[in-house]
Amino acid sequence: MNELGNAAGFPVLSLITWLPLVGCAIIMAVRGTEQEVAANARWTALWTSLIVLALSLVLWVKFDQAEPGFQFNEHLDWLPEYRVGYGMGVDGISVLFVLLSTVLTPVCIVASWESIQTRVREFMMSFLILETMMVGMFCATDFVVFYMFFEAVLIPMYLIIGIWGGPRRVYAAVKFFLYTLTGSVLMLLALIAMWLQAGTTDIATLTQTVFPPHMQTWLFLALFASFAVKVPMWPVHTWLPDAHVEAPTAGSVILAGVLLKMGAYGFLRFSVPMLPDATAYFAPFVFTLSVVAVIYTSLVALAQEDMKKLIAYSSVAHMGVVTIGIFTVNVQGISGALFQMLSHGVVSGALFLIVGVVYDRIHSREIARYGGLADRMPAYALVFMLFMMASVGLPGTAGFVGEFLVIIGALQVNFWLALLGGAGMILGAAYMLFLYRRVIFGRITRDDLRHILDLSPREWAVFAPLIVLTLWMGIYPSSFTAYFDATVGAMVSRNQAALAPATKLAGTAHP
Amino acid sequence: MNWTIALPEIVLACIGMAILVFGVLRKQDSTVPATMMTIGGYLIAGMLCVTRTTGYGFNGQFVADPFSAFNQVLILAGAGLSAVMAMDWIRSQGIGRFEFPVLMLFATVGMLVMAGASNLMTLYLGLELQSLALYVLAAFARDDLRSSEAGLKYFVLSGLASGLLLYGVSLVYGFSGTMDLAALGDLLQSPEAASPGLVIGIVFVLVGLAFKVSAVPFHMWTPDVYEGAPTPVTVFFATAPKVAAMALLLRVMGTSFGGLVGAWQSLVVIVSICSMLLGALAAIGQTNIKRLMAYSSIGHMGYALIGLAVGTADGARGTLVYMVIYLFMTLGTFGCILAMRRSGKPVEKIADLSGLAANDPALAMALAVFMFSLAGIPLMSGFFAKLYIFLAAVQQGLWALAVIGVLTSVIGAFYYIRIIKVMYFDAPAERFDARPAALSLVVTATGLFTAFFFLFPAPVVAAAQAAAGVLFR
Repeated sequence: MNELGNAAGFPVLSLITWLPLVGCAIIMAVRGTEQEVAANARWTALWTSLIVLALSLVLWVKFDQAEPGFQFNEHLDWLPEYRVGYGMGVDGISVLFVLLSTVLTPVCIVASWESIQTRVREFMMSFLILETMMVGMFCATDFVVFYMFFEAVLIPMYLIIGIWGGPRRVYAAVKFFLYTLTGSVLMLLALIAMWLQAGTTDIATLTQTVFPPHMQTWLFLALFASFAVKVPMWPVHTWLPDAHVEAPTAGSVILAGVLLKMGAYGFLRFSVPMLPDATAYFAPFVFTLSVVAVIYTSLVALAQEDMKKLIAYSSVAHMGVVTIGIFTVNVQGISGALFQMLSHGVVSGALFLIVGVVYDRIHSREIARYGGLADRMPAYALVFMLFMMASVGLPGTAGFVGEFLVIIGALQVNFWLALLGGAGMILGAAYMLFLYRRVIFGRITRDDLRHILDLSPREWAVFAPLIVLTLWMGIYPSSFTAYFDATVGAMVSRNQAALAPATKLAGTAHP
Repeated sequence: MNWTIALPEIVLACIGMAILVFGVLRKQDSTVPATMMTIGGYLIAGMLCVTRTTGYGFNGQFVADPFSAFNQVLILAGAGLSAVMAMDWIRSQGIGRFEFPVLMLFATVGMLVMAGASNLMTLYLGLELQSLALYVLAAFARDDLRSSEAGLKYFVLSGLASGLLLYGVSLVYGFSGTMDLAALGDLLQSPEAASPGLVIGIVFVLVGLAFKVSAVPFHMWTPDVYEGAPTPVTVFFATAPKVAAMALLLRVMGTSFGGLVGAWQSLVVIVSICSMLLGALAAIGQTNIKRLMAYSSIGHMGYALIGLAVGTADGARGTLVYMVIYLFMTLGTFGCILAMRRSGKPVEKIADLSGLAANDPALAMALAVFMFSLAGIPLMSGFFAKLYIFLAAVQQGLWALAVIGVLTSVIGAFYYIRIIKVMYFDAPAERFDARPAALSLVVTATGLFTAFFFLFPAPVVAAAQAAAGVLFR
């Protein structure tokens, strides 16, 4: 049963998934002096990622927004006797994440153009492999394929943090690897159990399969172990600040931009649609952890002296808002969570790039090391302000829409949930404005800051697409929400239909 | 009588004797031609294994079925690749004598007999033929104290295990009246047929075989022998004999005692859990890479034993797939270890790999692939090995095994990625010597197999399925 049901007319998803590996092979074959190899590796990686980006725009254009199911489907038999196939396809939930990955990869490659000077060839290869894994994970329509990409992401990321990272890079890389691996292997057991129950690992079929409630509990916990680490949720978030601080700028961008979305994507793809009873049962638990994450990590962020660490903690808080939205299981909440994930992907990625700009010049991420940059770097101050505001959630920027929708969704569940979740926005404003004031305003006190240069054309090229996206998402959000409305609607109604008998029973018990 | 069933063993033994005569008559150093002839013999035997008819031979002493063919081909592949890698090493380390490949060949004959045995007596003969050759191989660097120690240690402990096995065999024979594996299987179809004496016999057999696969608590010899023996011998130890012993274990437990799963299952579960735990925990503190690989192999045998503990054909299939993947990734890893030489001297500390990625990117990448694979990270073959094992375990509801298995694999991942850390994150040390071409060839081939297994898992799984089909009926 090898088929290709596809609006594009060619296997576009497989192409954008595997094309980076072709670029990787080309880079591997490059010979010459170290400078030549480095230059060739950079250009090859950039062109590869740009071609992938261009191909992925086919999805943007040809995607049928009214269709809730998977599109651009591809299927190849892989282990036919187990009914496991190589299945690719995107629906409303995944299509924008594919695009997010393909947009951020060239941005990261350009951002690393000058800051990565050692082992450039290996760096670019790792990045392209990482792109393959990320895109493949979002495109997979088979649980085994999903799992393989999900876990294989560890390999390039481990190398990126460990080779090109900061002074404590080894600790951070190993911690990152072991934390996420521990979660993943438990998901493997859930995968196997679901596989044996349903007889297949096709995600669409698994979504239709009804799992007995007691089994759902265990499956949920096993999946939760994996996705919660990846999100990351409090209290298993501790790998994230280490990984972010030690990772090179581009690594942080991809980590915050795409890798953190993998956990939330997993919740939306597996936990919520496949395990409706367990989702309802565990929702208060998830809300509690999320609210703690939002408030606690925001407070922690206030106390940070390291810019990257501050943004890392703010990521945990923002992802807490996302998990609140997902587990409200209503249209506004899930749409808000999706939007928040996309906007966070762009905005926090941009903030790490912002830090990277001054780090490349001064080689310090300490907040107190800076001050008064507005004098010397007006353009930088402007760009920084835009992303800072977007992170805070100013209306008109990308950050606002997602948080607003999540709060509406949370209000339908519980007033206090909405209030406490919303408190994160206030605290967020506090730490971001505090950061901005200390870095940008005030007087220049240090000599080396008097000669610091403003954004170079290359850096403008890095920020331009992110600025456009941030404003576009804030001003005209429906051009993005239109992609996932149908899928989210279908998911929510299916989830409620699955819960309906249980609710009725509860209703008769307590008239 | 149908002696053609044992043709691969017979032909290989004759070739071995021919090489002995050739080596004695030839005046100059015959290591290379003898190795070539050995590898040729393996190829011929492999072809015979695949092409011969199925059935019983020598009045039920030998059996040729998909299971024996599968394991024999695997054994020959492991032995052949070990021989290729050994050729250059033993000559450069001054132990290049033509007896080396011949001993490997006779050990291999023993292993083929083990995989093709259908009678407890044949089984024992094969095991002893293998062991005798391996004792000598372990002590082959006779001027090296550690090598002699390894040989002696292996001799004493293995002799003990063989004794236990033989005692178990005698008990089984005494309480059942037959030594034929299939006849035993017919006799012991229900748990009621098992008398206490017979169960004790089974336990002794199990213990003897567990020693050969170096499962905890019968693993004590492994780290010392791995570390002490010359590295090509360690390669050989880690691959072909493991496959043969695991085949034997599956055959005996699956064919003869398959009806009594309930009686021995808990024992295998305990052995498996202990092996996984020890393999994961004890390896963390190692600084010698050969010793580390010894603990790693103990852990991997623990995973492979999960398939046996499951006690179904699906479980056996998982074990067989595991052995295929284990064989190739272990061969590749040891290929990289064999390449660790500075000014002609082999080095074997993990710290010696420091910064290898800068000095020798190809070797570092190959070793990284093997390490990720041993850790069971997806896209590498090691992940699929574990997948089939856990699939079988969960299917039979052995949750404890599955959960402990995945958690120990995380602990194990720590020391595998530490090696990658040393190679990629640390400052470069002195370069290694240039590698012989044969070594590069084996490392490349096994590396490609390990990295790209995910593209074509179906044929291997189908072959394992056919092989496992003859067990647990």
